[in-house]
Amino acid sequence: MFTPHTDAERNAMLTALGLHSIEELFSDVPEKYRFPELKLPDGMSEMFAREYVEGFADANASTKEFVCFLGAGAYDHYIPAAVDSILRRGEFFTAYTPYQPEISQGTLQTIFEFQSLICNLTSLEVSNASHYDGATAAAEACITAYSYFHEKRKRIILSHSIHPQYREVIKTYLCGIDGIELVIADQDDHALSDPRNVSKFINDDTALVMVQYPDFFGRIYDFSDLIQEAHQHGALVCMIVNPIALGILKTPGQMGADIAVGEGQPLGIPLSFGGPYLGFIAARKELVRKLSGRLVGETVDENGKRGYVLTLTAREQHIRREKATSNICSNEGLLALAATVYMTLLGKTGMQQVSDLCYQNAHYAASKISELRGFQVLTSQPFYHEIVVQCPLPVDHINHHLLEEGILGGYALEKVYPEMKHCMLLAFTEKTNKEVIDVLCEVLKESNHG
Amino acid sequence: MAEPTIYEISSSGRTGFQFHKPDVPCAEIPAELKRDELPFPEVSEVDVIRHFTRLSQLNYAIDLGIYPLGSCTMKYNPRINEEMARLPGFAMTHPLQPLDTIQGNLALIYQLQEWLKEISGFAGVTLQPAAGAQGEFVGGLIMRAYHRSHNDLKRTKILVPDSAHGTNPATSSMSGFEVVNVPSDSRGNIDLEKLKAICDDCVAGLMLTNPNTLGLFEEHLQEVIDIIHQKGGLVYGDGANFNALLGVIKPGEVGFDIMHFNLHKTFSTPHGGGGPGSGPVAVSKKLVDFLPAPIVGIIEEGNDETPPLYGFITPETSIGRMKAFYGNFGILVRAFTYIAMHGATGLRKIAENAVLNANYLKMLLGNAYNIPYNRKCMHEFVAEGFWNDAPGIHALDVAKRMMDYGVHPPTNYFPLIVKEALMIEPTETESKQEIEHFAEILKTIAQEAHHSPDLLHTAPHHTPIGRLDEVKAAKDLVLCCWIPPEE
Repeated sequence: MFTPHTDAERNAMLTALGLHSIEELFSDVPEKYRFPELKLPDGMSEMFAREYVEGFADANASTKEFVCFLGAGAYDHYIPAAVDSILRRGEFFTAYTPYQPEISQGTLQTIFEFQSLICNLTSLEVSNASHYDGATAAAEACITAYSYFHEKRKRIILSHSIHPQYREVIKTYLCGIDGIELVIADQDDHALSDPRNVSKFINDDTALVMVQYPDFFGRIYDFSDLIQEAHQHGALVCMIVNPIALGILKTPGQMGADIAVGEGQPLGIPLSFGGPYLGFIAARKELVRKLSGRLVGETVDENGKRGYVLTLTAREQHIRREKATSNICSNEGLLALAATVYMTLLGKTGMQQVSDLCYQNAHYAASKISELRGFQVLTSQPFYHEIVVQCPLPVDHINHHLLEEGILGGYALEKVYPEMKHCMLLAFTEKTNKEVIDVLCEVLKESNHG
Repeated sequence: MAEPTIYEISSSGRTGFQFHKPDVPCAEIPAELKRDELPFPEVSEVDVIRHFTRLSQLNYAIDLGIYPLGSCTMKYNPRINEEMARLPGFAMTHPLQPLDTIQGNLALIYQLQEWLKEISGFAGVTLQPAAGAQGEFVGGLIMRAYHRSHNDLKRTKILVPDSAHGTNPATSSMSGFEVVNVPSDSRGNIDLEKLKAICDDCVAGLMLTNPNTLGLFEEHLQEVIDIIHQKGGLVYGDGANFNALLGVIKPGEVGFDIMHFNLHKTFSTPHGGGGPGSGPVAVSKKLVDFLPAPIVGIIEEGNDETPPLYGFITPETSIGRMKAFYGNFGILVRAFTYIAMHGATGLRKIAENAVLNANYLKMLLGNAYNIPYNRKCMHEFVAEGFWNDAPGIHALDVAKRMMDYGVHPPTNYFPLIVKEALMIEPTETESKQEIEHFAEILKTIAQEAHHSPDLLHTAPHHTPIGRLDEVKAAKDLVLCCWIPPEE
């Protein structure tokens, strides 16, 4: 199968080593525990393994057959064929981390282009080579800010309209750092209160203010004033952004933000039940030495030929060990490649087109849904491509009905915001055009009657 | 000629992908929320495919030959895994779909949790961590939470052997602990006497890589574990080198309390040029309630006619959530397929052949290289990349010269306890012939080091690019590019 050794070759190798059996190689393993029985099914041939694994896939409902209005941090976008075609090249997916630059220029230049695209998209000056996902990138940004101020500023303020799972991850990441004071702004207010209210919590001990854009409920705000206020207190501001939205919307850099992080999944990466995804971190140049994760820089070889290397590695765990600000030892290389192919393929026009389609479809849907009796759109203007809809019935009930009509309905907000009774979060992309939105509205109407 | 950047081949007005026009009435975007011009490259699909295909050809990869990076386990990535992960039934499922529409995903996750428990001898598993380093972080936070749950706040230290990977001390710091290094003895084991002297009731735990980064199985494993346990500490197993132990020993049975797996090493999921990885964490019974949330469990038992209903469970005293959603699911599908194809016999064979290959290669090198801890190795071994009678030659020169012979060099300058280290892990992927060919290359280079040292100093000669100026990269710090201004 995947190991080439014949019995004869194994025996020849053992003989050369002066051994009689393969077991002798394991004599250092305590005998009492050596060679335990593993209760696993017998190994399968490729043909039967395929059938077996396909059985699991077949037991799911996928966005191949269902129209998807679920978002909440993962978005159903169309992936151009060219993306996977590049991803399937063994030279990319079976390579290791580019520690030997002479034979890794493909990976290195790709990351360099990825960093460039992320900088362009966010209007910031530096980007790392990527991170596990949007949530962990947000958590690392908190540590970056804390470390930037030499652990002297203790307060980190999160807007309550940041994705609930991101807030949970940040909480987990920071729990080992005793000095940090994590503040969730306005968490006792109604979930839909204005996220710019975080300003009330900024003081001179604040290291970082974090907001999401579009926020978890789809709303978009110009945070320029908030950022200015934070800067007056000497604090940094990080925006969690949706990269597709930045095709048309004002950027973190334009608003004056210091750091932008986000989930790169919408950039040509399959939903894949939540992972593997792609975190990105971009920042102003002053922060580069405190940024976590790998960085690729341009240089030349001994003949003056341009090339790329991993740089500023002295920040990282394999050099700084316990003094490193992060233990991260990988990036999401292959997914950064996917996003790079996606962004370059779409280019300036395509990125604007897809971004605009999401915006247009969401606004059409909002206007149609608000005409339905019993349904109310709670997301205030302006918003991007997600909206909160209050339904006349429990969301699970509505979603059950939608599912019967081939539609994956919205995310039930009541699960994480108990005060948002019967509220669902609906997302719209270029895939949800007029026709499917009209069907959605029809079925929503029926679900209220039926 | 270097491959231009995609920005340099941009041509204003060119498009690579055409979307449909909106078919809904137009809604205006508020002017104050519009972005300034998006300075993205403008290229065609042909440009994109050619650019990235050409870039791919500048990479070395496991598909091209041996990739013997120590402790990285660069084994072949089976193609069936790739196809399975791309099945629409997996790849096109949204993480927040209703439970009854994702029973296939949940059943697969549940089954993989069970298999990893069985393979490692632990009581509970989370598949959430996105990489080995994140798995370590989970382990560190679980140690912290466990001691705190006993109101034992004095345990501020984590012991880390001096041969450990840099993530171990970095993880300990991130988890709020102070790091205490433990020296190795002359046989490459943990120095037992020193360990006894250091270990007190302020120790939260020990992070132990076994086999260690010298490729050696800890000869006093039971004693080491007992010393830590007697002082009330926990033993964390870094599973980076678990490939050597498949079907050979279950770490949970020997007394390890926590261990992470690297699915991208042991279970053949592709490294992808630096990720995505996947680092599930297994724990003993007393730590199950601390696992990150959520894990997958059976929420309604099935019977002969109906399968069980799977759902998400939050462990009682969970350390919390490590990432959004549930883990790198696409990677889990690949590892699952790999285990299904191997079964118990196949998995043990992997370990056997990996260990056989390493020992065979070590023997073939004979006296050409000095091997400082020269005893029976597991899946890898560490040689020295210098000779007293070849002054001026360093491990880096040996590594760079290897590229001229069309193979990837081993990990160099690690572990830190070996001078000019070359850390070599051939994995089970390589045949007897490949190993012999590789040994010949290394022996030739050892001769060149003595007779034609300049060949090494100036290597590589036959790669797409020569040795790069890393000092300049760090000094000038050019981290991104732009579309060149028009002339």
